[in-house]
Amino acid sequence: MAVFIDLMLLGMLAITALRVIFLKDLFAVVMLFGIYSFLSALIFVNLDAVDVAFTEAAVGAGISTVLMLGTLALTGRKEKTNNHKSWLPLLVVVATGAALIYGTLDMPPFGDPNNPAQQHVAPRYIQDSPQEVGLPNMVTSVLASYRGFDTLGETAVVFAAAIGVFSLLGLPKRDRAAIESGLKSHLVLRVVAKLIIPLILLFALYVQFHGDYGPGGGFQAGVIAAAAIILYALVFGLPLATHVLQPSLLKVLAALGVLIYAGTGVVSLFLGGNFLDYNVLASDPIAGQHLGIIIIELGVGITVFAAMLAIFYAFAGQAERKNIP
Amino acid sequence: MILETLSIIFLVLGAFFSITGAIGLFRFPDFFTRVHAASITDSIATLLIIIGLILRTDFGLIAVKLLFILIFLLLTSPTASHALAKSARHGGLLTMAETRDDKNKEAH
Repeated sequence: MAVFIDLMLLGMLAITALRVIFLKDLFAVVMLFGIYSFLSALIFVNLDAVDVAFTEAAVGAGISTVLMLGTLALTGRKEKTNNHKSWLPLLVVVATGAALIYGTLDMPPFGDPNNPAQQHVAPRYIQDSPQEVGLPNMVTSVLASYRGFDTLGETAVVFAAAIGVFSLLGLPKRDRAAIESGLKSHLVLRVVAKLIIPLILLFALYVQFHGDYGPGGGFQAGVIAAAAIILYALVFGLPLATHVLQPSLLKVLAALGVLIYAGTGVVSLFLGGNFLDYNVLASDPIAGQHLGIIIIELGVGITVFAAMLAIFYAFAGQAERKNIP
Repeated sequence: MILETLSIIFLVLGAFFSITGAIGLFRFPDFFTRVHAASITDSIATLLIIIGLILRTDFGLIAVKLLFILIFLLLTSPTASHALAKSARHGGLLTMAETRDDKNKEAH
């Protein structure tokens, strides 16, 4: 049954991808990308990788769709026709594809439990993480503790992306005069948004602090919280949203998250451990691990929240500036 | 046993409404009827499926979580359909009856 569902989902994934290639309407392409992400999330659920599925659904289907729509508002929805000859790229792609397929022939069989990938460090994590870290959600132990340095890099990448968007587009200014904008006539939207935005923020906090025990963590929580504020900005207007959460505050928050993360590493250095070795943070190594993981997940959450929201602000601010004159 | 049967009935009904919604989305003639079909999958089908799933749990934490999802969906998906239809009106899309009237006027 699981194989059947997998095949169905993979088939739909392939159809969606092909449709994306041939469609010229970029608005529909963005929507198809959202569907593509949802399908991948379903495949991850089917593989029992709920953490990855959660991230894919929140980041891939949720926030990146919004950000791509924001980009479309700036660039226009029609793809430019190109007059290049298509046989040379086709030849290159076919040759590369053939080389890649030839390369996979030497790889060990797909999904075999004896593969080097499954035998390298995974058995050690599975065997020792209940004693060493003691979290029920092993994914969080690997992500935040064993591979803490990698996750620091990922957080820095998110931060760097936000910095790149700041320097290219700039953030919108706070404008007291324009606060009374937004979708004034949409009563239903306003009421429902008011009703569910607090719930979304509450859920983000739950995901943030429940990541040790179930699927979730800083990345997902940051994205969900950013989505709540984006919803607010969409319904009540960008000026009001920038009044509530100022762009300059977001700059500070984005840097603060990375600082918290790296600072935890430095603190553990000073307490006599290695960089990001949480064992030394408390008298008991396991309590130290729990403390360290909660702190760095908080850092990740803050950075992701601020970066995503700031990118949205930058896009939306540009779009408003383009529309007003 | 009774719960099992009830749950199967709810799930099958939910699946039925999902399929009718999907067929309607493809076969209906204009935008507003299509939104109507899509909102059926959003509202009644998810309602039935989640009730069917709740009947299969042991009415603990999972049932409560499913209930939360249900309430959230019942709040958001009609709103989403409403927003879609309203923004289509806002963009100047007419319903089938209105387009027909317009044509009649032109003919006279």
